[in-house]
Amino acid sequence: MSTAPAKTAVADADLTARYYDLDEHDHPEGGSTMLGFWIYLMSDCLIFAMLFATFGVLGANYAAGPGPRDLFDLPLVALNTSMLLFSSITYGFAMLAMQKGLVRQTQLWLVITGLFGAAFLGIELYEFAHLIHEGATPQRSAFLSAFFTLVGTHGLHVTFGLIWLGVLLVQVEQRGLIAANRRRLMCLSLFWHFLDVIWIGVFTFVYLMGMLR
Amino acid sequence: MSAAHEHGAGHDHGNGYGHGHDHGGEAHGTMRDYVWGFALSVILTAIPFWLVMAGPIADKSVTALIITAFAAIQIVVHMIFFLHMNARAEGGWNMLALIFTIVIVVIVLTGSLWVMYHLNANMMPQSHQMDSLP
Repeated sequence: MSTAPAKTAVADADLTARYYDLDEHDHPEGGSTMLGFWIYLMSDCLIFAMLFATFGVLGANYAAGPGPRDLFDLPLVALNTSMLLFSSITYGFAMLAMQKGLVRQTQLWLVITGLFGAAFLGIELYEFAHLIHEGATPQRSAFLSAFFTLVGTHGLHVTFGLIWLGVLLVQVEQRGLIAANRRRLMCLSLFWHFLDVIWIGVFTFVYLMGMLR
Repeated sequence: MSAAHEHGAGHDHGNGYGHGHDHGGEAHGTMRDYVWGFALSVILTAIPFWLVMAGPIADKSVTALIITAFAAIQIVVHMIFFLHMNARAEGGWNMLALIFTIVIVVIVLTGSLWVMYHLNANMMPQSHQMDSLP
């Protein structure tokens, strides 16, 4: 509103130049993507906070059923944790290769990351199948409901991360390491490392603390 | 990490096509960052697992406190070395969003546990017997 008098005061060429500057300066394509994705991750963090809180409240209600000591196999959890840790550093190597513009090397490290991620998921599904086979289903007790919801939500995130990784492999193959693909790879990098951060909470508060009860 | 930032600043956003995404203070990791982060993570993961599996400390609540501390340190390590958090990324908005999230998470966790613990303690006189069941 208040700019209307100013408009008449300046020449047309000046006006367009100034307006272009105000609107487009500092806004390259995708310039706000990383911040936006970070804010998504923070909201995801809140989802996990709710699930951790639920587990914290219900984690000791076994309904006379099996507890953590009867169910959890720590060497398996340690193996699982190492899979996720390895996948974190191999994704880091993929990012380093991307920064150097090496397409093949980026793809190679992404594939290795995907394999570690798949191994993590495989071990987790094996664990879930084992629990359910023993009768420790989500319906058995509040502890198991909270456990399956928390760990399952994390596993679901890893699953979607793997799908995303596969899609990006195809996109990098087709288009190379263009600006858009670099941006996507950086978003997935944040997502992947973020899942590793959540897993730190899971193995500490669900598995290790569970064994201490 | 400072080297990465100088690199980012070198690509001025004015040069347009293909380099626009480089500006804005996004931090890129270096090999040093990732290797340090990985080495620290392995140590910070192995010690809590060892503490619980081998059980060198008799008092369980002490063990629980120690592994909580290790988890907190490892989360910070991951934030710095893998997620490349710093106060300058995205003009400080990343850090601000993170601080806000941490505040909410702390309120949710402590609030839920505190309230529900007291609710349990006050509403169910036999809750201590329930806890001792397998």
